[in-house]
Formats: sequence, structure tokens, C-alpha cells
Amino acid sequence: MNKLIISPAPHIHSGDSISKNMYAVLLALVPAYLVGLYFFGIGAFVVSITAVLSCIIFEFLIQKFIFKTTTTIHDGSAMLTGLLLAFNLPSNLPIWIIIIGALVAIGIGKMSFGGLGNNPFNPALVGRVFLLISFPVQMTTWPKPIPFNTSYLDAETAATPLAMIKYNFGNLPEKMDLLIGNMGGSIGEVSAIALILGGIYLLIKRVITWHIPVSMLVTTFLFTGILHLINPSLYVSPDIHLLTGGLLLGAIFMATDYATSPMNTVAQLVYGIGIGLITVTIRLFGAYPEGVSFAILIMNGVTPLLNLYVKPKRFGAPKTKKN
Amino acid sequence: MKTFTFGGIHTADMKLSAGKKIQIVPIPSEVIIPLEQHIGAPTNPVVAVGETVKVGQLIGKAVGFISANIHSSVSGKVTKIDTVIDAWGYKRPAVYIAVEGDEWMENIDKKDVVRKEITTKREDIIQKIADAGIVGLGGACFPTHVKLSPPPNTKAELLLINAVECEPYLTCDHQLMLEKAEEIIVGIQILMTVLQVNKAIIGIENNKKDAISLLQQITSSYSTIEVCPLAMCYPQGGEKQLIEAITKKQVPSGQLPINIGIVVQNVATTYAIYEAVQKNKPLIERVITVTGKKVAKPGNFLVRIGTPLRVPLDMAGGMPEDTGKIIGGGPMMGRAFMNADVPVTKRSAGLLVMPTLESARKEMQNCIRCAKCVTACPMGLEPYLLMSQAEKSMWKEMEETYITDCIECGCCLFSCPSNRPLLDYLRMGKSTVLEQIRNRVQKVN
Repeated sequence: MNKLIISPAPHIHSGDSISKNMYAVLLALVPAYLVGLYFFGIGAFVVSITAVLSCIIFEFLIQKFIFKTTTTIHDGSAMLTGLLLAFNLPSNLPIWIIIIGALVAIGIGKMSFGGLGNNPFNPALVGRVFLLISFPVQMTTWPKPIPFNTSYLDAETAATPLAMIKYNFGNLPEKMDLLIGNMGGSIGEVSAIALILGGIYLLIKRVITWHIPVSMLVTTFLFTGILHLINPSLYVSPDIHLLTGGLLLGAIFMATDYATSPMNTVAQLVYGIGIGLITVTIRLFGAYPEGVSFAILIMNGVTPLLNLYVKPKRFGAPKTKKN
Repeated sequence: MKTFTFGGIHTADMKLSAGKKIQIVPIPSEVIIPLEQHIGAPTNPVVAVGETVKVGQLIGKAVGFISANIHSSVSGKVTKIDTVIDAWGYKRPAVYIAVEGDEWMENIDKKDVVRKEITTKREDIIQKIADAGIVGLGGACFPTHVKLSPPPNTKAELLLINAVECEPYLTCDHQLMLEKAEEIIVGIQILMTVLQVNKAIIGIENNKKDAISLLQQITSSYSTIEVCPLAMCYPQGGEKQLIEAITKKQVPSGQLPINIGIVVQNVATTYAIYEAVQKNKPLIERVITVTGKKVAKPGNFLVRIGTPLRVPLDMAGGMPEDTGKIIGGGPMMGRAFMNADVPVTKRSAGLLVMPTLESARKEMQNCIRCAKCVTACPMGLEPYLLMSQAEKSMWKEMEETYITDCIECGCCLFSCPSNRPLLDYLRMGKSTVLEQIRNRVQKVN
């Protein structure tokens, strides 16, 4: 008879795995990616493929030659970082800039801290913000959404709605266009409907919980709503804020990143509210028209503190604190 | 439908042996009865080698208050008193008995008639339960007479009967309820008399609809006993979880259910109490489930204590070709055995045979801080944090992170996508911290 295995309980497992979660998020990104391909054409394709491939290759090279360990590129996390990075880039960005972004995202954002799970900041956003600060012109020139666009670097450009609001020019797109994504912007952030679809899928699959996206969106809505009520001519209505910029992409896919968000629901609510407040502050009073990336990175930095001081509710905890 | 509110997981039900009639396992030619089958002090053997014993005769006498008598489950001759590797993997003293016939002690009522009238006086009931060596059959094996003697300054107000059986695969309690419902109700009345409570609630998970309706039908004529169906969620059979699910009350951290006036008894224990008080029958046999995906005929078996587990396993179709692991108890809290020759004890609720593919754990990966262990923890703890503290031997910090609240249910390890051995580290930390606390208390005294 073959030998029996002895191991402590429990003897069954949910079957959940890192790659299952990663591929679920990738699948949830597909609708937004298709909309991006539709409006930004060839450019979106080139940018995304470059970002994904270079992220995977950098992770492989670092693990193989610097860490000298087995590689984890098959778990889907490098692919996800690459795609999220591409989602945050304009579709007319030159390839060499994208490769730099991928190197910063994987090399500095993720691997320098020890790889998956150990990174304090969202790697895709580290890459994106690095590029935004280093190449401000290229990073803020967005192509005009033209169905099945075949031009890449020389694409006709358009301003994002938030830039129009910030610098007071142009006509805002119609509500319907904001919903389906017919506006200037980064590849994956434009279509509210596609992003929400992906978010619903992640909620059903229990990959994410509602706490971070909802607290973040509600805070943004209330904050901008109050300002709009005070002075409608200076501050646009809150629904415009919800549908524009990277807010939905950030709320559903970036802020919910496992490694960089807090570990219990109460802390997650605080975290979401913090991102919402910082986003609106940057958008309305800061130098940039958009602030989601910075807001998420700042709250990423606060996450360890939240984990330390905001504890989950304990079963049977005494009502008053022990002396 | 009611359930508990903290954490919990949803496992595949896998009740392969549900509704299978309890089969009586034939008496083997030799039984090995460990002298320690409970929490507390081991018993002293009171028989000598060569002595003839009857079914139900005392062979191990309880030492001290927290201990439980052990009785012979067969009639025959004591061949040796030696050690045996029991279900928990420890060497324990045990009595080996060669079986001769099936002669019972004269005072045991063997008739299969439900005796409803309770004639034993309240004071004598606890003594009878102690004499019969009844222990909690839900898994902990804590001596029942101790649990029924509330500490000073506490008073029981409510009796909960734990018929949840939330472990996947196991069906022994379920089948017992279907076949011995009347007896269980009498057992509940005995418990209510002892505890002097006028309310009892039976908590059953909703996957046992037939048992729920049967018990509802019987209890409809009793105003004091109620059946409470519960939505399925593991670990609802945990004492604190069951209390919260039914009464919405939380047992304060570090305290016992009796501190909020509640006593919980397992349904199989309740049946054993009925047999002890009404039939003078000590705890010499129990119902166990033998099951597994590859087991030919999964079923429920009434087996004498001390019978090698191989005997009921053979009745269920024998050990399957594809066996990677055999587990005593359920898959969430059971123990893996080295072989199927270990004797059945009061603790054995089942024998689960796992196919090779499901037996080994998967390789551990980095913690991705997904917080699924925190969400799953039914005690509101932070398993990821406790594990990293245990890895670094930070016992003081573990105590401050409330490791002593851990009920070792396994929800954290079950739900971890990185297959991290969370519970293994938590167990190690918990036992270390508890030992430190004991040492501290001793120093103060």
C-alpha cells in the first residue's frame, strides 16, 4: 500500500489561488480594453502589448538573474500590472517611454520590495506617476477618440473633460459619450459602463468587496456635490466627476489592489474615503486636473498605519477598553 | 434564516452518507480501549490482566473532578494493559480485551423501548452521568458532568442543543436524530431538569430538512423545547458561533457560555445522557460516519469503543485503491491517521478517506495581503498578522493580538489563495501563549 499523508487540519481548501484572482481581474478588464481598442485603435493595441510584454519580461529577468529564484510570471500578476499601466497611458505614447514605465513599475514598484505582496505602493501607478512627472508633455497629450483609429504616434489629439473644466475651455461631451467612453483620455479609463461591468463581475466572483470602491465614489460624489451646491458656476456637477478621469478605473481596479489596501473592512472604508477626499482636493484645488493616481499612492502609504490602528471588530470584545 | 454574523466559510456539503441507516458493526475478536479519551486527567485501570469483564463494566476510574470513567464495551478477558497509539497519535495506556460472547452488566436496560418518564432525582442525574463516563461528543470530549455543574455565581437560563453538524461529510448526528428523535427529546428534558432551565432550543443547519421537520413535529407538543433551523455556514457548530446565531448574544472574550447563562450540549451527547440516565448504559458505543469520495458504500455505523477503525471501514467497502489520507473526524478539524488500525474512541465522529489528489497541501506562496483570512475568521482576528508574529516568536505581541480567542476552526487556511499554513502557526502560537499565561498565574499564586 502506498504511504498515507499526515498533515494538520484543515484537510480541504477553497481552491482559491493567486492566479485565479489575477486572471479574474484580467477578465474583468476586457470590456474596458475592448472599448479602448475601439476608440483608440492601433495606438491602444501597440501601447498595451508593449506594456504587458515588457512587464512580464522585466519580472522574468529580475527573478531569474537577480533573485535567482523560480519565476512567477505565470501567476498573471505581471500581466495585470502591465495592462493596468497601459490603461493609465495615452494611446499615442512612444514605445521607449512605455518600456521605461514598465521597468519602473516592475523593478522599483514591485521587485525592489521583494515581489508580489510585499510592495507598499501599487506598481502600475508607481510606473504611471513616474512617467507623468518625467514626461509631462507626452503623458498629457491624449488622442481624439476615433472608432478604429489607424494612426499611432501622429494621432489627432483632444483634451480630456477634466482638463477642459480645469482650464475653462471647450465643450464637455454629452452624458452618453461620457458613459460609453467617447472622450479623450487614457486607454482604459474612458468607458464608465465597461468599467462598472468589470466591477460587478469582480464583486460577484468575490475577488473584491464593495467597501473601497463604494466609499471612494460616495466620498467623491458628496464632496463635489456640496461644492457644486455652494457655487454651481465654479464647480461642475458631481456626476461629471464620477464619470471622468481615472476615478472609476481607480476605484474598481487600482485602489482595490490586494497588497496595497488595508486588511479589514473598517480600515478599507477609511482608506476609500481618504482617496476620495484627496482626489477631489487635487482635481479642484491642485495643479493637476486629475488626482486619482496621486490619491491612491498617498493612501497606499497610509495603509500600514491603518492596519496598525484600525482593527477589525472582534467577537465578544468587551464594550469598554480593558485597563 | 438565522446564522452567525462574524466571518465563516461556505464549504462543499459532501454529505455522501446522508439518510443512510445506522448499521451495527459486529463485535471484533479483540478491542483496545484507551484509558484516556477525554480532556482532563487520565483514568486509573481498575481491572487486572486475566480478569473477566462484562459489557458496561468499569475498567478505568476517573481521577479527580475533570476526568471521565471508561467502561468495557465488550465481554471477555483482559489480555494485557499496555500502551496504544491512539487516534491523536500519542501513546496512551490502554486495556486490551479478548472478546468472549456478549454478556452485559445486569443493571443495563437493553430493551429498545423509549423510556420517557424521568424518575431519577435531580441530584442523582449528574452522578449517573459522571458514572457513565459521558463526554462531549461534538469533538472536544470535555467531561459532561463538569459542564453540567455551573461554577459559583452563575446560573443557566437557556439550554442549546448543538445539532448543527457543520463539518462537511459527517452525517452521524443527522442520522441519529432521524432514528432516535424521541430519545433525544427525553435527553433534553433530563438536561433541563439538571440545569433547572425552562427553555431549550435545538439548532440545526438547513441541509437536514428531514431532521428539522421530524423534531419540529415531536417538539410541537412541548412548549419549552424549540427547533431553530439555521442557514448553512461553517463553523456554526462552534459553541460561541451557535450561541450568537440563535440568541444574538456574544460570549465575551475569555469567558464561558455559562457566564451569559447558556449551556450548549451536542445532540449525540444528549442521546448518550438519555441512555445513561434512563437505561443505565455507560458510553460504550457511538455512531460514526465512514465516508469519502472513493469509498464504495459510505454510511453511518454504530460501533463499540475500542473497535479498530478498519472494521467499519471494511463494512463501507474497504480502503479504496486511491487513498492519500485517512482522517478521524471531519475535513476541517479532523486528524490525519497513520493507519486504519487505531481504535474507535469517544472522540471519533467519523472516518474520512481522501483521494491522493486532494490529500497533499499545495505549495505555499507569498502573502498577497488579500485579507480573505481576516474576512473568514469567525472570531474577528487577523490570522495573517498572527502568523507572521508566530514566525518571529513574538509571543507577547500574539497575546495582545488575542491569539487566545482562536477556536482553530481552519477557516483562515481554507480560504487562503496562497496556501499559507496560517492555522499551523496559530496553533503553535496559541499553545505557547497559553503555557506562558499558565506559568505567570502559577508564579503569582
